[in-house]
Formats: sequence, C-alpha cells, structure tokens
Amino acid sequence: MAQVPADELDMIRVFGPHLSEGTRASATDDPEKLVKTHCCFCGQQCGIQLKVKGDQVIGFEPWEDFPFNRGLLCPKGVKRYLQGGHPDRLTAALQRDPSADGGFRRVAYDQAIARVASEVKRIQDQHGPGAVGVLSGASLTTEKTYLMGKFARVCLRTPYIDYNGRLCMVSAGAANKKAFGVDRTTSPWSDMVGTEVIWVAGSNVAECSPITTNYIWQAREHGAKVIVQDPRITPIARTCDLYLPVRPGRDAALFAGVLNLMIENGWIDEAFIREHTVGFDEVAAYCRTWTVARTAEVTGVPVRSLQAAAELWGKAKTSFLFHARGIEHHSNGVQNALGSINLVLASGRIGRPKSGYGTIVGQANGQGGREHGQKCDQLPGLRDISNPEHRRHIASVWGVEESEIPGPGVDAYELFRKIDAGEIKALISICINPKVSLPDNQFITRALDKLEFFTAIDFFLSDTARHADVVLPGSLQEEDEGTVTQVEGRVIKINRAVPCPGEARQDWIIIQDLARALGRPHGFTFDSPRAIFEELRVASKGGIADYSGITYEKIEQQMGVFWPCYSTDPRTGAPTPDDPGTPRLFEPGSYNPVARGAGPFYFGDGKARFNVAEYRAAVDDVSAEYPLFLTTGRVVSQFLSGTQTRRIGPLVKQYAEPRIELHPRLADKLGITDGQWATAETRRGAITLRAQVVATIRPDTIFIPYHWPGEKSANRLTVAAQDPISKIPQYKVCGCRLRPAEGAPAYAARLQPQQ
Amino acid sequence: MPDAGPLEFFVDPSRCIGCQACVQACTECDTHRGDSMIHLEYIDRAHSVQTVPVVCMHCEQPTCAEVCPADAIKRTADGVVQSARKARCIACGNCVIACPFGVPELYTDRQLMMKCDMCYDRTSVGKKPMCATVCPSQALFYGTRQQIEALRPQSRPTNEFRFGEQTITTRVNVMVPRTTPPAMVLDVVSAMAEKAEARSPRLRVLSDDSTADPFHDVEV
Repeated sequence: MAQVPADELDMIRVFGPHLSEGTRASATDDPEKLVKTHCCFCGQQCGIQLKVKGDQVIGFEPWEDFPFNRGLLCPKGVKRYLQGGHPDRLTAALQRDPSADGGFRRVAYDQAIARVASEVKRIQDQHGPGAVGVLSGASLTTEKTYLMGKFARVCLRTPYIDYNGRLCMVSAGAANKKAFGVDRTTSPWSDMVGTEVIWVAGSNVAECSPITTNYIWQAREHGAKVIVQDPRITPIARTCDLYLPVRPGRDAALFAGVLNLMIENGWIDEAFIREHTVGFDEVAAYCRTWTVARTAEVTGVPVRSLQAAAELWGKAKTSFLFHARGIEHHSNGVQNALGSINLVLASGRIGRPKSGYGTIVGQANGQGGREHGQKCDQLPGLRDISNPEHRRHIASVWGVEESEIPGPGVDAYELFRKIDAGEIKALISICINPKVSLPDNQFITRALDKLEFFTAIDFFLSDTARHADVVLPGSLQEEDEGTVTQVEGRVIKINRAVPCPGEARQDWIIIQDLARALGRPHGFTFDSPRAIFEELRVASKGGIADYSGITYEKIEQQMGVFWPCYSTDPRTGAPTPDDPGTPRLFEPGSYNPVARGAGPFYFGDGKARFNVAEYRAAVDDVSAEYPLFLTTGRVVSQFLSGTQTRRIGPLVKQYAEPRIELHPRLADKLGITDGQWATAETRRGAITLRAQVVATIRPDTIFIPYHWPGEKSANRLTVAAQDPISKIPQYKVCGCRLRPAEGAPAYAARLQPQQ
Repeated sequence: MPDAGPLEFFVDPSRCIGCQACVQACTECDTHRGDSMIHLEYIDRAHSVQTVPVVCMHCEQPTCAEVCPADAIKRTADGVVQSARKARCIACGNCVIACPFGVPELYTDRQLMMKCDMCYDRTSVGKKPMCATVCPSQALFYGTRQQIEALRPQSRPTNEFRFGEQTITTRVNVMVPRTTPPAMVLDVVSAMAEKAEARSPRLRVLSDDSTADPFHDVEV
C-alpha cells in the first residue's frame, strides 16, 4: 500500500520543500558558457540564456534575439535557474523504508530499475497489462511525451495512460477540433499588434502569461480596444476598454447573448458564414433564447456592457480573441470555448493578418504535449487511437501489429477512480503532482494510498512522490535537450546546459532502462532525443500535427518552426526540404491534407463548424448552504503545483502563502478583515487561510490560488466534476461558504510558508 | 533605418503589472547581489491592482548629492547618479530623507547608501539595464526617443517634475498620456452596475509649453 512512509514533518525536513538562496555565485564568478534555451515554466516558452560554470547553472542573461519575447522575462524566468544545484534535488534512486530518515533510503539506480520492473511484471502477470497505469505531463519535451505514449502502449501494453494536460488544455483542444478540425492557435502573437479589438476571455494574462501583456498593450498603443471577461479585475483588466465582470461558470451564456446581439444588429459576416462554415442556423436559433436581459441576469454582466461588447466585436474589421483556463476549467468547458469560437466564426475574422483566435497554453509544452500520444485516446500527430487507418500507420512506425496497440484508455481523474476501485494496481508517474493539482485531492490521496505499487520519476520529492515505493531520479529541463511547441504553435528547441547530478538520469533513459529491464526493449533503444525526434517526424507525417519537415537545424536557423511543416508536399508528394512551416492557419486558398483543397479548415468540405454552445449550470453551483462562488487560479511567482517554484527562495518571498481574496462588501457582511484568518468550506472540505480584502473581485466570489499542498490546498475544496467531452475538471467554480476562523490554523506554527 | 540618438530610460507606470520581474532581475546584479534597487509598490491594493515601479530618476542636479555632507554621491559625465562611495559614505541618511522620489536606501548592516545606478556596468557598455530588458509589459523601457515615439503614440515622455517651488529635471523619463488616458476599472461593483459611474480623477501633468499655468489637467 503506497501510503506515505513517515511523518509529514520528517519528510519535509529531509526532502523539503526548502528554499534556495536568493542568488547564486558571486560577482567574480564568470560563466564559462551561455546556453541559448527556453524557460522551463509556462507555455510562452520565453527564450533565455543560461550562464553555466562547471556543472552548474549560475545565472541567466536575456536572449534579446529570440523573436517571441526579445529578452523579456517574468520573475519565474529570472529566478528559474535556482532550481538547479538545489539542496532538495534528488541525486539517487530512493526506496520506501519507514525506518529510514524521511521514510526513504537511497538505493543503487540499477537496483531500483530492477525492482520497478519486477513489480510491474508481477502485477501484470497476475492482473493483466491494464493493471498498470501511467501518468505523464505536458512540461516534458515532445520527445519524452512521444516516448511515454509509446512506452505505455508498446512496452506496458496498457491502455491506461493520460497526462496533466487533462487539467489544462483539453477543453480548448476538444473545441478546436470540433470547430476547425485542428487544435492549434491560428496566428503568431505578432498578429495582435495592429488589430482593432482584442477579447481576453478568462485569462489572467499578466500573471499566467506575462509576456503576452506586452503584445496586448502594444496593440492598444496602436488603437486596439481591449475587452476582458473575468470575475476579477486582473492587471490586464485594470486598463481595458470594456470589462465584463462575469459570474463564474456563465461564459457560454455570455457568448450566446453577445452573438445574439450581433445577429440582431447585423454585425456578422454573412458571406463568410455562407461560404466557409456550416451549422450557423442552429447556433442562431439557440442564441435567440439568450435575450440581452436574460443574459445579463444569468451572467451578472450589465446590459450596457453586453451591448458594448457586441458592438465593439461586431463592427471591428480585424480582431483577436483568446481564452484560457478561466472559461475552460468547467464541466461546461468545451461549450464555453465553442461559444467563443462562434463569435470568431460569425465575425469571419480568422485566417488573415491581424485577425486570429487562440488559446493560451499553461504548461511549458501545453501544445506539443497534447499532440503526440500521451493522451488516453490519441496517437502521434494528433491521431485518433480508435481510427483503424491511424492505428495502422503508427503500428508500422513502431514495428508492431496494429492489433497489439491497446484501445483508448481513460482520463487522468478516471484513472484514479480505477485505482480506487482496485482495477489499476500499479502506477508509473512523471511530471505530474496530482495530490496538489487534482480537484477534491483528498480523494486522490486515498487512491494513492491504495496502490499496490507506485513509482515516480521526479527531480524533487513532490507531494505525490512521497507515496512512491520507488522514486527514480529524473532530469530537470536544463539537463536534457529536445523540442517543445509553445503557445503560438512554434516548435522550439530546449538545449542542455548541464549534466544530471549524481545518479539522476535523463527521463528518456530511465524509461528505456525500464523497458529493457521488463524484457521488452523493442522500440526503446534510442541513443538521443534527436533519434526520438526523427522517429516522431515519421510518426507524425500525414497526421494533422505534421512535424515531418521540422529538423533541429531548421528550428535553430528559423528560431522556431510553426507546424504543420511538411517533408513532402501534401498535394504532389514532392520533397519540400525548405518548407518553413505554417505561422498562420486557415488562410484563404491554403491547403490541408484533410480538406485537400476544398477549403481552409480541416474538414472534408474545408468548412469550419459552428457548434451550438449550450449553457449548463455548474455542478455543485452556489446554493443556500454554499452561497459563494469559489474560483481558483495562479499567482505570477508560482507555477502549477509548486514542486519547483515553492523551492525557489525569492519566488516564495514574493507571494509566500495562499490567501483568500474577497470583496470588502462580503468581508463586512461576514465580519472578516484584511489579513485575518478565514475558513473556506465546500462539500469536500475546509481550509483556513489569511483573507485579502480587495475591491477587485466580485462580491459573490472568492479566489484562492492553487499552488500549495495539504491544508493550504485550494484543491481540497474544488469539485471533481468534469466536462463530458474533454474531461477537464471544474476548477473555476463551485459553491462555497466562508467564515472568520477562530484563530491561526495548527499548520501555521508547524510549516514554513512554502510547505 | 538606424535609430538616432542616445539610449534613454522611460517608465510607464500605466503598463506596470506588478510582477516583480524587474525586482528579481535587479537582485542578480554583480554589484549588489541579492538586493533590489528597484522599489515596486501597490498604490492601494485594497482598491486596485495598480503598481508602480520606481527606479532612480538620475536628476540633473541630484538633491541626494547636494545634501550629502561627505560628498559621497557622484554623477558620471554621462548623467548617471551613482550609489554612495563606500569609502566616503557615513550612513547619515540625509539622501534618503532628501530624495524627492524616495529612491536611496540605507543599508545599516554595511553602513552604506545604495540605489539604482541604471545598471552602469551594462549601460556603460551599450547594454540595456536588466530591469528594462526583462520587464514583460515594458513599463520599463530602454531605447531611443525615436523608438519610444514609434512604440507609444498615445503618450509622451516627460522629465520635469515639480515639487513645491522646485522643478527637477531628470535623465529618466516618465510616459504621460497625450490626451485622455484609458479609464481604469477600479471596483468590480461599478462594472456590475447597470448605470455607468462617472469618474473624473485627475492627473497633474506639466505642460509642454511654458505659457501661463504650467499645469494642465488630464481627465483620467
């Protein structure tokens, strides 16, 4: 049983999170080299140069030539280098041992690999291949995500692999595929500058993707009007032209109401709708039920603002709409995203300069990580694991029979339900910390406890890895090379700056060592990330996310390559070694392998799809018993579950512990003052944090950032309701109540802020 | 077309997102490693997310240097006012009290005043200051006047500030709106109301021309 082997404080004492120093090296420490690479954190993937001396990254230097960020960085980018050489870094394999200090003892790497292989084999022999599950992540390079998908299907022969993009990108991805037949932001960010209107739906741009702020505000300098839809006045909303203070969970209603106003006023592009789309009439009929009065009542956005939004958006000649988790993290997340896409399609402003649509990815490889097969229903190249033709192509690349590739598995949360039900007995995880990041996470803890065998590949002992029987020491981003695909759809290259410390290994080596120890090395004998990429190119060829024309050299020469990038012309089959890639999708007259010239969108007829984007009330919505909306999100100095950023001293100092944001009106009503301890409670649990009383949040809503574990974890409160299509959890809304706490919680005296 | 003119520092507080990239980058400097010379503050977090970054304005006639009894604060030939010289500074704190922008700080542990020197190690060799290089919203910008004019048509740089009877001219510029700046969204409740609130807070900006009242009001 994979229960934590020691007392929490003991484990923290040995494995952290401890804080790094504020800086590294001294003024006289000159770097031996500068390595051009990218930040390890969010999906913007800013270019950065790491200063290296010996085996250590000792600092950074801006990389002003990289076109996306031209040297700009957020505080995470500035201080990212401090994760290397950290006292908590795992430098050896660990084996659970309750008698050892901190609950783990060091074991030789080979011994650890042998133990994992024998346990996996024992459990699979006894219960079948599907008794082993794999959880992976979208902060890995695309090479690793490709390898993880292949490892699960070919080596472990289990259908049960999924990834943490399930908590992130899947609503956007599903909506994009339903509307456009392809899942990628349509345009490079540079298209924003010069556009007339930018609509930001549910994206705290300044904190979650800071570099994008400069693009939006540069557009504003040149006349763009900015619309922001958010229950909080985030820094990007502070100076926007139109702020839509939407009630959490009502986004589909808002989009339907605005589209209805556009239709009523004739602010739609009828020619585009007729020639390039199908399904408009059904959408228009649905939107007619969303009169402006009803929309205002449901969304909490005043009529005047809905009308202003319809007019600004409807009358523009060029525009850019993008959304993020704010509208996607819902049990209605796909519908919310489709509602926003309907606004774009009705405007006809897509596939041309200064007009586009996109989703802001959250993780380092939020785009590439969702394309090449670590998703439960997917094969490389954005292929479908249930499609016989797709299966045959990938089987031929992998050198296996088509019938040997398992069918679709289940989403990451369902995988835990299967663990809870005893169907999945062993788990291999990498790049995921579900004990912090999944909703209703006390259930996740109980499920982890039930595992017969659990191995985690990690560079720090994450909250989840504390449950492991064996921990395999993996690699930090700067210790390996490979590609990632950033927010615009640009494939870029991560370069290795330093070697792995001690017994730690590059993750792809660990996976291949496991395959060998399992006696199934076929297909897992790559000698480098480049070799994996070369196979990925072949595997992706002919798929929608076609990388076949991308090479490491081309990425370096062009400073990134937008996919699709073809090795042969999809029309003629002639070699196209110089294909520069596709910065902008859906341009008039553009060719894609699905439409085959019928039109710019990725369907047989070349037309985009309107989808009726229905509003459905949130699961566990506000009620008399739980009258407040709870919404969750990020702060700028932290990233995901904090495994890395809660160890970087200056980032922790910037925002040390989670606080409950609430409006002064609500604070007055509840008798809560700024800085006071308050208890937030939902049907799942309660946590006590300090209150932050600010007029920048709706009075019916509270906000808690989610980067912390245990008794500080917002995900103790969130509901495990999921979108029926994308299976994304509903992090952004649930019913909640709040009261002043009787005093400081017990953890306050026991734990440091980051713990 | 090559950019003409010298490189200058421009601060646009309306663009600040409070992310502290500048503060964190400043602590990486070799000459004051671990300490940030930038001040970044919320104006009034209870009511707004507005933050303001403050770097040394590098006055033409630096008050800090004028009040220094030990003559420890020097201005370089190219107009950069430097941190106090260690050998001379007596840590009296006069400069801290006198600076109209609140920039210098006294480090009592090392008995020394330190402040922003516009990354003299970088700017003196043609590089940008670290804060302005990384600032993700470009509230801190370093470049030529020609560049800023092209990039920021809605605002103009000013480097004159009036404190009582004294007008201070600085090397660092602050961007001010040319006409009506974008209205700020303050309390969510006002955005939820069906009737729009009339708001006319005012920003006092020194006028371009020196006729009559040197101030004109800009509606915010």
